[in-house]
Amino acid sequence: MRECDGGGRGIDRGDARCVKLAAIIVRSSRKGNKEDRQTNRMTLSTKDRLVGRPVPRKEGRAKVTGAARYVDDLVLPGMLHGVTVRSPFPRGRITGVHFGEGIPWDEFTVVTARDVPGHNYVALILNDQPYLADRVVNHAEEPVLLLAHADKYLLEEARRAVKIEAEPLPAVFDIEESLEPKEIIWGADNVFKTFLVEKGKVEEVWDRGDVVVVEGEYRTGAQEQLYIETNGVIAEVSPETGVTVRGSMQCPYYVHKALVKLFDLPEDKVRVIQTETGGGFGGKEEYPSMIAGHAALLAWKSGRPVKMVYDRAEDMVATTKRHPSRTRHRTAVTRGGKLVGMEIDFDIDGGAYATLSSVVLSRGTIHAAGPYNCPNVRIRSRAVATNVPPHGAFRGFGAPQSIFALERHLDKVAAAVGLTPEELRRRNFITKGETTATGQVIREDVDLPGLLDRAFELTDYQSKRERFARENEGARRKRGIGFATFMHGAGFTGSGEKYLQSIVGCEATAEGRVRVLAASTEIGQGTKTVFAQIAAEALGLDYETVEVVQPDTADVPNSGPTVASRTTMIVGKLVESAALQLRETLKGAGLISDSYTQSEWARACGEYTSRHGALRKHVQYQQPAEIEWDDERYRGDAYGAYAWAVYVAEVSVDTLTYEARVEDFVAVQEVGRVIHPVLAAGQIEGGVAQGIGWTLYENVVWRGGRMANGQMTNYIIPTSADIPPIRVHFFENPYAGGPGGAKGIGELPMDGPAPAILNAVEHATGHAFDFVPLTPEAVMDALEGETAGAAK
Amino acid sequence: MSESPGKISVPCDVNGEAVTLRAYPFARLLDVLREELKLTGTKEGCGEGECGACSVLLDGELVNSCLVPAAQVEGANIQTVEGVADGERLHAVQQAMLESGGAQCGICTPGMVLAAVNLLRHTPDPTEADIREGLAGNLCRCTGYMKIFDAVIHACKK
Ligand code: FES
Ligand code: FES
Repeated sequence: MRECDGGGRGIDRGDARCVKLAAIIVRSSRKGNKEDRQTNRMTLSTKDRLVGRPVPRKEGRAKVTGAARYVDDLVLPGMLHGVTVRSPFPRGRITGVHFGEGIPWDEFTVVTARDVPGHNYVALILNDQPYLADRVVNHAEEPVLLLAHADKYLLEEARRAVKIEAEPLPAVFDIEESLEPKEIIWGADNVFKTFLVEKGKVEEVWDRGDVVVVEGEYRTGAQEQLYIETNGVIAEVSPETGVTVRGSMQCPYYVHKALVKLFDLPEDKVRVIQTETGGGFGGKEEYPSMIAGHAALLAWKSGRPVKMVYDRAEDMVATTKRHPSRTRHRTAVTRGGKLVGMEIDFDIDGGAYATLSSVVLSRGTIHAAGPYNCPNVRIRSRAVATNVPPHGAFRGFGAPQSIFALERHLDKVAAAVGLTPEELRRRNFITKGETTATGQVIREDVDLPGLLDRAFELTDYQSKRERFARENEGARRKRGIGFATFMHGAGFTGSGEKYLQSIVGCEATAEGRVRVLAASTEIGQGTKTVFAQIAAEALGLDYETVEVVQPDTADVPNSGPTVASRTTMIVGKLVESAALQLRETLKGAGLISDSYTQSEWARACGEYTSRHGALRKHVQYQQPAEIEWDDERYRGDAYGAYAWAVYVAEVSVDTLTYEARVEDFVAVQEVGRVIHPVLAAGQIEGGVAQGIGWTLYENVVWRGGRMANGQMTNYIIPTSADIPPIRVHFFENPYAGGPGGAKGIGELPMDGPAPAILNAVEHATGHAFDFVPLTPEAVMDALEGETAGAAK
Repeated sequence: MSESPGKISVPCDVNGEAVTLRAYPFARLLDVLREELKLTGTKEGCGEGECGACSVLLDGELVNSCLVPAAQVEGANIQTVEGVADGERLHAVQQAMLESGGAQCGICTPGMVLAAVNLLRHTPDPTEADIREGLAGNLCRCTGYMKIFDAVIHACKK
């Protein structure tokens, strides 16, 4: 394994001035790094011309000049604006819709459930969510009616003038009420999905004389993705071409599939084009199918293009969020610190419709037992229905929730047997040849102790641990340091990739330029850059001669959704294979030999296309033979590859203002091969910042099943003043199944911050907080309870 | 299209050009720039003065254009992101944002570029605290800010 630096340290704390700081950005040789760096250079083959280098971003220039066109920047001739009238009730039977006075209603296009030409559901997994509520509503903000008009301002007045009348029905608002069940609101028992993962015989461990049993319950709150560009689309409908939607989205083919059903049209009569997308984080995985359908219904009924862009408040209260969770742990550990039994109950709140909850649950379930070798494990999990807007995809997809619980719990387990948190983990880290909870044998080298050592060295963990404990006595600002160790599987779970059957195309033009054709979207993470690097590297061509086509279902094949940390690892590998097929074709035609220059390549392409026409190759995903997964028993190789990580957080807790702050953060991870160091570090830093937000700042306040703080003024995400220096370190251990050896990294950084921070807060305050977000109010309750207790 | 009654004329200077805006007095400067002048580089992230995506420089001060009524910019000098580069030549801040990875999805970037330009105009040699403070009104959900700080540091070296 070798180490490479994250391309930027951010700002080191202290007195450093700019000029000094700038030097740190250049891939500096830090202490202990030098050797690795040198081996790097020696092992650098000619193949590594582009992979591993911070080549200029393909998507960069238009973004810094303001020239990049997002959906709200587009205007089509004759375009109307569209809005959604939503349910004010969490659950009820619709008895009437009242159109208020003083609005010229005849100028408006109005769409209700009755107008839907095809199927009134958002095609996804269970197809239980209607585009427009018909007779009943199951959550506040559920869409009931659509309006379009050319005048945005009048439209807003009209929206407010529509009153939905309903007879309220009893509702359930959280996991407890749903499981009780206080009321059946979905199916026979309010449960969307359950999983059971079993390894060994956990029921036999509890009565063993040599174990200590430790129990705990952990909770996490909802979190808003809060991409800075809200959801938006423009739809057009014509009898000749069918339905066309352009918009902000992660998964054009999800939207395509949903529109085909909504309009009952053949696939070639629906076209979906991704526009520049201002962030997604999962929030634009499934939701765009909803807004796209709404705009398309209005366009179909009015015969005009319709733009629908949510304002911030609507985007926050009506669209998906991270699933709230509750995890219960019961662990048997020997006095020597070996984990012998883990029983885990993991429940998530799915909201009113099934949407993606089963898949979120699956990932959370599989990650619940972490990177440890424990012989007896039972994980039971449930996704349950409540009358709140459906929760959905958000970076990490269930794993941050269950990992939070485990990594908090292990600190408790360590204390119960008198070990340090790190010693307990060291005695249980999974290594090559051992099996995960699903029985997956780890076939690659994993060096978690090495990652832990490095993370501790970078943070001076041991000495801070002692020093803070000493200095905290009587101090107003208490300091603490804590960590979490974890893994994150890349790609779809289990057989997911096999079912997806992703396809990627590569085309060589007559001039010798290479065009990559994939539906994988650039949403800020640098997809176009990374794909171009991979293709150019595979072919030995100049990076500038590769172009990645903008996703448009009329032009690009379905390379699957842009989710699950799969774009670089899974789709990137297909890009590599498709590119190599271009070369094989030219070689087969005798137009190039094994080595060629850029101009020889261009000549060969010109020659080939004039003789045979277009040179275009498609490849489809083939599951590697060694991957085995049993969908029924939930056993086997859950993921093709895992990224492994140790994150360390240093915090301070002010005992007067009750504010907890992260003062320093180190993220050490092994991710296969880093394709683009700056983009990769940017992914980690951004994910860590979102993790810090989830842990300390982002508190969704629910009132009657509705988000009560749907504004940026009172739902707080971290600003530049709140984020500590995030120091990113990569270890590389190339993965044969990924392009150039890369594994997925997008979601990984969301997993570690919450437990690392709360472990540090416990070190600082002596309080074991078992939930996020940890607001100042919660800190106050705990610390004041302590003083009150002491006074008694 | 016929002109709606109630609109007023607002002469001002946008990116070095004299223009006369036609707008309702309480129209948001953000909308007037985007819709009237087609300067769509200025973005709306929240519409309530929290995110800074709509930042512009108004007489050399960084403001949130979603909170500025059109009537208030009479005679003012407005600079939007479209006026930052010198023709094809990027401003040092833009170049640095590009190279340091300071723009991921890019939606906060126009506002961030203006905030950084404004910061360096007032504080050419900023400390860490200056940078954090100078950008604190501009939210970015993608980067975790590290690469944006890097960009500001790079830009001030130039
Ligand atoms: S749109 Fe103006 S501050 Fe957010
Ligand atoms: S780059 Fe996406 S919000 Fe800043």
